[in-house]
Amino acid sequence: MNVHQVGGLANMDYMVRNRQNKWRMDMTVESDLIQITLQSLLISGSAALLASAIGLPAGLILGLKKFKGRAVTIGVFNSLIGLPTVALGLILYLAFSNAGPLGFLGLLYTPLGIIIGQTILVTPVMISVTTETITSVDDSIRELALTLGADERAAAFTVVRESFGGILLASSASFSRAIAELGVALMIGGNIRGLTRVLTTSIALETTRGEIALGLGLTLILITLILIVNAGLGLLRKRVQWWLWE
Amino acid sequence: MTDMFSGTYRRGIFVQRETRIAVAAVLVVVILAGTSYYIYWNQNQGRDMLVISTTTSLYDTGLLDVIKERYEQENPNVILAFISAGTGIAITHAKNGDADMILVHSPSQEYSFMNESYGVNRKIFAYNYFTIVGPSSDVAEINQTDPISALQMIYNYGHAHNTSLWITRDDFSGTNSKEISLWGAAGYNYTQLRDEPWFVSSGVGMASTLNIANEQSLYTLSDIGTYVKYKSDELISLDQLVGEGQELLNVYSAIVVNNTTVSFAKFDLAMDFLQWIVGLTAQQLIADYGVADYGQGLFFPVVDMLESESPTQIFGWIREYAFFNDGEDLYECPPGWRFGEYGLYG
Repeated sequence: MNVHQVGGLANMDYMVRNRQNKWRMDMTVESDLIQITLQSLLISGSAALLASAIGLPAGLILGLKKFKGRAVTIGVFNSLIGLPTVALGLILYLAFSNAGPLGFLGLLYTPLGIIIGQTILVTPVMISVTTETITSVDDSIRELALTLGADERAAAFTVVRESFGGILLASSASFSRAIAELGVALMIGGNIRGLTRVLTTSIALETTRGEIALGLGLTLILITLILIVNAGLGLLRKRVQWWLWE
Repeated sequence: MTDMFSGTYRRGIFVQRETRIAVAAVLVVVILAGTSYYIYWNQNQGRDMLVISTTTSLYDTGLLDVIKERYEQENPNVILAFISAGTGIAITHAKNGDADMILVHSPSQEYSFMNESYGVNRKIFAYNYFTIVGPSSDVAEINQTDPISALQMIYNYGHAHNTSLWITRDDFSGTNSKEISLWGAAGYNYTQLRDEPWFVSSGVGMASTLNIANEQSLYTLSDIGTYVKYKSDELISLDQLVGEGQELLNVYSAIVVNNTTVSFAKFDLAMDFLQWIVGLTAQQLIADYGVADYGQGLFFPVVDMLESESPTQIFGWIREYAFFNDGEDLYECPPGWRFGEYGLYG
């Protein structure tokens, strides 16, 4: 992760930007690229994991328990899926700003700030999709399990096991939305080089700078990353499902 | 189905498996959070972060990357965090205590920022020119005229033909506020112009506005840095129709956030950087930037000229355009808005 910092400080000359030093420049672009990609993965991966940690139990409760206001709650989370990222970015900027109520936490312009923002952004996706899958397998399977002598808790576990595919889909959708969003990363992170610069903010920056080819390259990396993670989760799904059923 | 259910409902197994899954999930989250915290801590260990909100033209041309690299090399304990935004939002950041310093190019906005006692110790560190660019067909025939008559000709042509002709950024950026004052000098009210059918509002940054102007054959006002970069990379075919001249002067200043008004501001750190950017090394970096790539400098250093008070034409222009009136005299930074003894003002 520190490749860029160390390399960048050690060889200053590339920044003089003359043509002879072009190769050094490319080297740095390369290590910058790796750093930005890792930062994206780390930030959005943490956000997706946190969202899963919050959304899975919440989805389970919403899917399995019948309580008053359940339909409204589900409706609220379904709507929150469509929350525009810039709107959330703006709200969080106002909250995290030094003049805002949460300014004392010092989260503005930090990776942790982006993680929190993206977690808030994708948790509704996690909750809604989990709730929906659990609701759809709920009745038949749960009753079957109960008839076969399972207690409530074991029956609930059977339902989760049955909806594992949907839960995994919820996680991968959360990750994809987190890594592909721009609004929160830009407004909370500020696109600071080597610190809060991620793939989407780089794409936006390079495009404004007229470095279209570089922007396109970053776009390809982003799409490839999303594909790899989803393929990985697909493989994981088979493994884990097999393990769950033993 | 029945096979899988029969005999597996011994409570113990399930509790055990649930626990295992829960423990694994918690572990993964803890490890990830731990790693990211460690990396974050490691990157910033003992380094102070100086947040500088800056106008897009300085950042998007890449000048500030060069400055960051050199400054951090000379001051390994400091991280320069540039937040690239328009002048308007840069000032808002500073007022909210989210920036320690601003680099902007809009004297009137700077004046009210300092007048509301948010900013102190202003130093002009670079200048260049805005430029009126447009399609090579140049339907309004403004080539080689002066900026004021050029705008009048564009107004007349647009008024007569009612086809889209001019694109404005309309985003309260430094470039936009320059445009508003230019239209004012030409005798038109910007707010009324916005309702004209030939007057297009982009609402986006300079680069995107240049792209739209290029696609739709429109005239616009651009800072020279962004224009030259786009032109030399052959991303646009717009021509520079009216360049240089007093009315098109573009002056960049650095203002330190006043830590008695905004208590979060890192005043000392910001002063270190202010002294550096008006120093020899930085002024040379500014002069050299872009020469190798574009065959011309994108920004001109200004500190030597201001210090020598040489009676050049440009010095007179800068003084008239970007100096603040305080009592009888014009100042780069009026004495009442200077904090501390840094020997910055001759």
